[in-house]
Amino acid sequence: MIKVIHPGFFTTIQDMGRFGYRDKGVPVCGCMDNYSASMANSLLENAEMDAVMEITMTGPKLEFQTTSFFSITGAEMSPALNGVPINSYEVHKANEGDILSFGKLLNGFRSYLAVKGGFLTETKLMSRSFYKTITDQNCLKERMEIPIKEYSEYSPKIAHIKPEATQKELELNVYKGPEYNILTDDQLKLLFTNKFTIAKENNRMAYQLEELIGVQSHKMLTSATLPGTVQLTPAGKLIILMRDGQTTGGYPRILQLATKSIAMLSQKKFGDEVSFHFLSH
Amino acid sequence: MSSHPILVRPFGEHAILIEWPNKVSEDILYDILDFAESFKLDFKDSKNWELVPAYNSVTLINRRTKIDFSKIKYQLLECYESRKASGPPLRYLWKLPVCYDLEFGVDLEEVATNLNCSIKEIIEAHTHNIYTVYGIGFLPGFMYLGGLPKDLETPRKSVPRLKVHKGSVGLAGKQTGIYPQDSPGGWNIIGNCPVTLFNANLENPCFISVGDQIQFYAINRSEYDLHKIEAEVGIYNLDKIKIDD
Repeated sequence: MIKVIHPGFFTTIQDMGRFGYRDKGVPVCGCMDNYSASMANSLLENAEMDAVMEITMTGPKLEFQTTSFFSITGAEMSPALNGVPINSYEVHKANEGDILSFGKLLNGFRSYLAVKGGFLTETKLMSRSFYKTITDQNCLKERMEIPIKEYSEYSPKIAHIKPEATQKELELNVYKGPEYNILTDDQLKLLFTNKFTIAKENNRMAYQLEELIGVQSHKMLTSATLPGTVQLTPAGKLIILMRDGQTTGGYPRILQLATKSIAMLSQKKFGDEVSFHFLSH
Repeated sequence: MSSHPILVRPFGEHAILIEWPNKVSEDILYDILDFAESFKLDFKDSKNWELVPAYNSVTLINRRTKIDFSKIKYQLLECYESRKASGPPLRYLWKLPVCYDLEFGVDLEEVATNLNCSIKEIIEAHTHNIYTVYGIGFLPGFMYLGGLPKDLETPRKSVPRLKVHKGSVGLAGKQTGIYPQDSPGGWNIIGNCPVTLFNANLENPCFISVGDQIQFYAINRSEYDLHKIEAEVGIYNLDKIKIDD
């Protein structure tokens, strides 16, 4: 078990997602920055679908009640084991009673903590990803106990991975969305020459952008949306749907983010800037 | 089997959007569902794909690999054109109970005033019609229902409620629907359905599928309480009728 002494700002258990239920309105969920999460699992030679802990902005304080091995990737949040600073992107051993804590957020927005064998919270609809109304919990709470396997011996094949320097990038690679053609010349110019600021309305469901690009009055029938779909509201606001985003929507889908850019955007926070870079299929 | 002009387009790196003519029509919806059935049966590696049908479109999402669009486009068109006329997939008409007491139908009086009719007339019109499920989305288990009579069209509330209770039956514009869980919402609430529409503990969490039909029937408060208890212990037997074309 790992005992939650303090849950942090918003900490969840996530795997690579909940597939096969989108026709019933169930979002795919899963790690927002799945590249960083995969690296955390790779270091421990975990399976692809093993669940990790997604830590947002402020880290939790956790007590290992079981001896195990762990790794941390993604945003740099100054992790420490029993108060001694440790490196991200490395395998560490935690003995029974050890305390893992986090400090100052130095870059990015979401960290991933993996343990050897994965976090063994309940599986609902083929996935352990937390989602309100599907899993019993929607985020970590104080005193919660999270099941993990015991490992007293493990010699990692790779002791350290060099992180990709994506935290400072601001260009989101985008393809045309299904309703791209409703955009006016003025809107296109704004979209591809301006920088956009992440609004305070940003979470696992969607990231809103502050700057408006002009009103639209396109009427369409409700149709599927995906993580990375950029919607344009009638008021001209841009909303980028993320992993917990709704599966259908009625706003024009003007752009679609490249998969890697969804992970990159997940490391952005309120006030950060992004721009769009056009890719053709 | 009818055939429509369809448009196949890429939707990001992992998905493809196929669109039928832009209108709300059962004929189009059933053609989409028939295509979806053929795809699941005939398309190689169809197990790696998720299909999201809604109104006049279906989106195909590959969970494993990036898509080679130009190659797959022709395979999909081929799959659409060469379908065997198997007829539309099995569909059901579900009869769902609704308690229209004012305790649940908190906007009934206001809607009656707006529509210039009696509450009784609203209930009669709402239960008389048969609705088609054109999509499931917005929330897990939320159905987009088509077929609302014109007499019941009423604008959504100008200020949305922060909390609409699970099971609430609402009216908004040309739509009617049921909130499958507590949620913020701007629809006019006219009643409550005691049936659990979405249950994440079941292998199939939502028994209703796109293409099915819904008819409501009015129940009183004590029947509502009984259904609620039955739903909680899971012994509830819904009336469903197989739809034959």
